[in-house]
Amino acid sequence: MTGLVTGLAIEDVGVRIGGRTLVDGVTLEAPRGAVTGVIGPNGAGKSTLLRAIAGVLPHAGRVTLDGAPLPRPGSRARARLIGFLPQGQDVHWPVTARRAVELGRLPHLGPWQSLARADVAAVEAALAKTDSTRFADRPVTALSGGERARVLLARVLAAHTAVILADEPVAALDPGHQLAVMEMLCDEARAEHRAVVVVLHDLSLAARACERLVLMDQGRVVTAGPAEAVLASPWLDRVYAVRFGQGRVQAVPVVTPVRRLDVEECRREPQRHAS
Amino acid sequence: MSARVPFAIGLLAVGLVGALGGLMIGYVPYGPLAVLEGLAGHGDPVVTAIVREVRLPRTLLALEVGAALGLAGAALQGLLRNPLAEPGLIGVSSSAALGAVIAFHFGLMAWADWALPATAILGAATTTLILLMIARRAPGTLTLILSGIALSSLAGALTSLALNLAPNPYALNEMVLWLMGSIKDRSMNEVVLVLPFLIVGSGLLLATARGLDALTLGEETAQTLGVHLGRLRALVIVGIALVVGAAVSVSGAIGFVGLVVPHMMRPFVGHQPSRLLIPSALGGAALVTVADTLARVLPTHQEVMVGVLTAILGAPFFLALVLRHWRTMP
Repeated sequence: MTGLVTGLAIEDVGVRIGGRTLVDGVTLEAPRGAVTGVIGPNGAGKSTLLRAIAGVLPHAGRVTLDGAPLPRPGSRARARLIGFLPQGQDVHWPVTARRAVELGRLPHLGPWQSLARADVAAVEAALAKTDSTRFADRPVTALSGGERARVLLARVLAAHTAVILADEPVAALDPGHQLAVMEMLCDEARAEHRAVVVVLHDLSLAARACERLVLMDQGRVVTAGPAEAVLASPWLDRVYAVRFGQGRVQAVPVVTPVRRLDVEECRREPQRHAS
Repeated sequence: MSARVPFAIGLLAVGLVGALGGLMIGYVPYGPLAVLEGLAGHGDPVVTAIVREVRLPRTLLALEVGAALGLAGAALQGLLRNPLAEPGLIGVSSSAALGAVIAFHFGLMAWADWALPATAILGAATTTLILLMIARRAPGTLTLILSGIALSSLAGALTSLALNLAPNPYALNEMVLWLMGSIKDRSMNEVVLVLPFLIVGSGLLLATARGLDALTLGEETAQTLGVHLGRLRALVIVGIALVVGAAVSVSGAIGFVGLVVPHMMRPFVGHQPSRLLIPSALGGAALVTVADTLARVLPTHQEVMVGVLTAILGAPFFLALVLRHWRTMP
């Protein structure tokens, strides 16, 4: 057990697939009540790390929740603790949005048990939170990308898990719904005391929504801590090979790429740049 | 929700009417009253004998075989998340047929009546075990389908070999006729023989309902919803081997039922894989009963085999489905 009071603790987690190391010795903490953002360039191992924690990929190392080891991957007990929103929007049959969200309640149901009143309430609440009630009776496959993304997020919210892992939950959304989804995840973390881990590419959104950030590169954690500290880290520019400009617009933090760095600049020892 | 009960009653009604038709229609047609009297055993002794000994086993087998094929098709399509999947596709049907042809080839039926079903179930089980081993070592839907196609081809080739090396013209004739698929001239023995396999297999398949629903969101998400994928695959494959192996052993190869029926039922159950299982079993039972009755009344000088009929109707249906789904095919 680390110094963490409650939440998700990942210790020395590694993932190897086909002889390649995709995640190497990652240790990080995602406390309850906070949104932890995982950032880093493409191929940094962010999604792989999330999938390992979700129990989809076999991994080395230890993952604990509130100090206790997690139940076996693929078990209903684990599914009741960890909700996972993967990248992509696989829905293979044209079931209605409501039926898709109901799947989130599966871990809470016995093999032959049907939805109880509490399950139905959880489903309706999740649909309402994600602004999806309007199209709840339409086939998921007939929805727009943004609508479908919200329905799939509602599926995760309906499960009421202690941990929510979301892999780029706002990738398909317009700016309004991006903000709404991030606010909703913050609300889940704070009001419901859940540990929320989100992979994000939009650093402004990360700065705005995440209390803590984890910067990953090449399967390792480069730096982690409070969001401001990670965004101020000299490693940020090097890892992305981009010079970021940072500031505030009407009190809202903005982190935007200014120009790409060439190989020479990346190799140089990192220096603080004016922000 | 409220639409589900009338829908199920409608399906049952179609099956019952089909079954009654199956008892009434034949070389000599009887009225419904005569049939019911014959069933109860106090009508004309000739009618009683024909209804009880000839038409009842045939009708019951049609219900059993149809239910098995419909249920197996619905479960397989749910597992593979592909509306084009069919038990024939993963080689279970053709392996069961191979087992039966081997029994014909060596004249095993001279030893015991149950040799034919036993070899067919053995054939289906062998293929199923191989598929299971492949599925465990290399998970993924594509692997399963491709290995199924390979095993299906192998079973087909070995079946041809058995025909090729047939000991005598009589055995060859018997094998070819059987391969066409028919439930003509069967007795209550076969009806009873199929039943336990059908019950156990159906139980296994119905137990997968939740897992199949979860698979709607893909294998990874299903896993994070607490579905044990390996166990789910094993249940479906063993369940299908039991019901299809038993069905094929008494009826020969009756194709396309497992493809057509789930497709027809899907809109009625909101495309939910779990709710598709029982309606597909009922629908399959109704379809094979109706098809078998149709095969009897077609004005041909030799009775048309029901398997031939379903293939003639089913293959164009399959093609139409492929053309409709070609954009979404991987």
